[in-house]
Amino acid sequence: MLAQSGFGVFVLTFLLALFSVGAAVVGYFDKSDRWVEAARRAMQLTFPLISLATLMLAYLLVTGHYELQYVYSVTSNDMPFYLKLTALWGGQAGSLVLWSWLMSAFASAVTLRKWERDRELLPWVIVVTSVTLAFFLSLTILYENPFARWWQTTGGDFVPRMFAPAGAVPITPADGQGLNPLLRHPGMIIHPPMLYLGFVAFVIPYAFAIAALVTGRSDDRWIRLTRRWTLVAWLFLSLGLVLGMRWAYDVLGWGGYWGWDPVEISALMPWLTGTAFLHSVMIQEKRGMFKQWNMLLIILTYALVIFGTFLTRSGVLSSVHAFSQSAIGPMFFAFIGITFVTSVALLIYRWKDLRAEVEMKSLFSREALFLLNNLLFMGVLIVCFWGVIFPLISELVTGQKVTVGPPFYLRANGPLFGALLALMGIAPLSAWGRSTYKTLGRALWKPSIPSAIVPVVLAILGVHNWIALVGFTLVAFVIFVTLFEFWRGVRSQQKKQKVNFLVALWQLAGRNHRRYGGYLIHLSMVVMAIGILGIELYQTTTQKTLAVGEDIQIAGYTLRFDSLAQFPYTDGRIVTRAALSVFRGDKFLGNLYPRYDYYTASGQPMTIAGVRSTLADDLYVVLVNWENVSAAQAPFKVYHNPLVNWLWIGSLMFIFGFLVAAWPEREDEKREGKI
Amino acid sequence: MQKSLQTGIQGRAKFIVGGLLILAAVIYLIVSATQANAEFFMTVNELKSKGNSLVDRSLRISGAVIGDSIHYDPQTMNLTFEIAHVPGDNAAIEMGGGLAAVLHKAVTDPMRARLTIVYNGPKPDLLRDEAQAIVTGHLGEDGIFYADELLLKCPTKYQEAIPSQVVNGN
Repeated sequence: MLAQSGFGVFVLTFLLALFSVGAAVVGYFDKSDRWVEAARRAMQLTFPLISLATLMLAYLLVTGHYELQYVYSVTSNDMPFYLKLTALWGGQAGSLVLWSWLMSAFASAVTLRKWERDRELLPWVIVVTSVTLAFFLSLTILYENPFARWWQTTGGDFVPRMFAPAGAVPITPADGQGLNPLLRHPGMIIHPPMLYLGFVAFVIPYAFAIAALVTGRSDDRWIRLTRRWTLVAWLFLSLGLVLGMRWAYDVLGWGGYWGWDPVEISALMPWLTGTAFLHSVMIQEKRGMFKQWNMLLIILTYALVIFGTFLTRSGVLSSVHAFSQSAIGPMFFAFIGITFVTSVALLIYRWKDLRAEVEMKSLFSREALFLLNNLLFMGVLIVCFWGVIFPLISELVTGQKVTVGPPFYLRANGPLFGALLALMGIAPLSAWGRSTYKTLGRALWKPSIPSAIVPVVLAILGVHNWIALVGFTLVAFVIFVTLFEFWRGVRSQQKKQKVNFLVALWQLAGRNHRRYGGYLIHLSMVVMAIGILGIELYQTTTQKTLAVGEDIQIAGYTLRFDSLAQFPYTDGRIVTRAALSVFRGDKFLGNLYPRYDYYTASGQPMTIAGVRSTLADDLYVVLVNWENVSAAQAPFKVYHNPLVNWLWIGSLMFIFGFLVAAWPEREDEKREGKI
Repeated sequence: MQKSLQTGIQGRAKFIVGGLLILAAVIYLIVSATQANAEFFMTVNELKSKGNSLVDRSLRISGAVIGDSIHYDPQTMNLTFEIAHVPGDNAAIEMGGGLAAVLHKAVTDPMRARLTIVYNGPKPDLLRDEAQAIVTGHLGEDGIFYADELLLKCPTKYQEAIPSQVVNGN
């Protein structure tokens, strides 16, 4: 009964979302506040309704109602409570429910405001969010219904359906398949919701952009209203990406964190346009430029968000096989196509109204450097997009399928990332408006001197890879510039206020959150760059089959294979665990326990690396899956990953920088009535 | 008036030139990186027909694993096996009755073109008779394929999930 009710609630919510679209449109054209108000109320009602249906699904998951195909496919009796609950987003159907739930939550939150000042934007914000919501609900109702149950047809086949096929008998399995073991990891439990929070939050600025286009408002009101949403969306998207990397590093056992596969790239692409957007809106706010460009960026971001939702889910959880057969693909492409074409048509219609208020004058002004930053991000986007579609294009043109792998992305994106790093150092020192290479040069020479020493010192220390020399020099340059900026600000604050250094720093960051938070985020990015340069350029690996007592050497470390144990575990897996001792010279450093888990129910193996992590390097040992090897010997693969820890340290710094940047500014809040 | 108009045009020209330079740089990066790193995805038959012209190019080859040909030395981690030609086209696979049937036919047909693969590394669990192997690497002058990467698919793993322990209820 609960399943049927849940399905009913989804249908009702879908109709409500359609009603709110219609009512908002009528309200706008008839200038009727009552219709707009009705649309608003309907929109807000979707949130408690979807919450109810989601709770029902959660209850069915936790209580093991395996007669439902979704529950059957993602949970099993031996899974702990929290995993059963998080299995809510462990499959495609549940992920779509989560998407709808977040969409309705955000849309309701936006429409809770009083809306006196920007009344004319409201109907179109409702239209955009409700259309998006209705689309995802229609997928849930028509194609990916989490409430569909198992039936046995008269022909003996088992089929998942909402309603009984003719003559079919309902079936209740005693146990489920359980969540894919690869997904039973803390990183994977919070990674999808983080990514989704980011994806869905980007719909809000897009909705306001479309509302501004339809109503013909050419000012930056939509940007100011959604500044906080954009920041939050960007934070969650960034965290989602980082958590995904961490998960890959911990669970996939191939010694890396990012493999440039299409699923990863599809999550990165909206981040690229979103990051470009975050930078270029500042120019519109300060100078009244880039209006058309900002519109285009947010439209692109929305399209890439929908595309990313489609690919990330289908790619990770269902096989490539199942995904091509799903009817969901054409639906997604149709939706992306229609919304994209409509948005771009609107933008072209308003093109002339969105001309820049001032002309850009100098190549060395801050706005020009922001433009360069945007172009570089677009360059990375084009590289990524090309890599994903290249196999299709080559097959169409030459009849020969040609693919490109990680080396392609690294080679094409490397120089662009390098240029972005350089720009991160130069841009904060540039001035708005008229600025020449002389004024910029005067600001740059001080931090350039200590950065110039870095490659010399590194070369003396034995670093001869020129990419590493350039990369670390740029990293040092950004760090010096940013610290120099802080120091300059603090000094002038100290002079004015006659306070000590720390108080001045506090006041400085307190007065200009966005600027100094932004600098902290820049710092966190270069710290992450240290980790990326380290693992990409200096990773080494070796492999060997070891008998007990034998050892293997890598990067000055010696690893001795001590013992191997095999035992069953309560949640239905058989664990094979090796114990190794790590030495540096004669000095014992500790033990490592790489594991090989075999989940008997699903027949799925999982390789958990033993990792010794320090600030200088990670020693990453994998017990390679092995068959018919005697217990006295086992094959190992060992990776030496220099500096990789800085990637994770940078991510934590990033959160701190974000908190500073997004901290509410009190006077500002009152003046602008932000939401 | 005349002067400001002129600087306007000059000002714009600077930006257009700058923009074109960046565009050219991005295109150059993409083209050179594609040329250097393109991997040709082909079937065993296509590889055999092109012969030695492909030596040292980066290739990805798909084929059906012949179970009897698998040799693995756990001490040195040297792995060799043979793959038989299977069509690369999805439509052709569907026509042949699905991946499992096509793989079975490829392995049992003695007339099929075969390719020897050499790989150094742990033997994957899924490497068994009638699995689909996608190998990345290069063709040596000796006609043997030296793989850097193995990707294996077992058709049975991709079947529609069907309840295994079923009890009648409700």
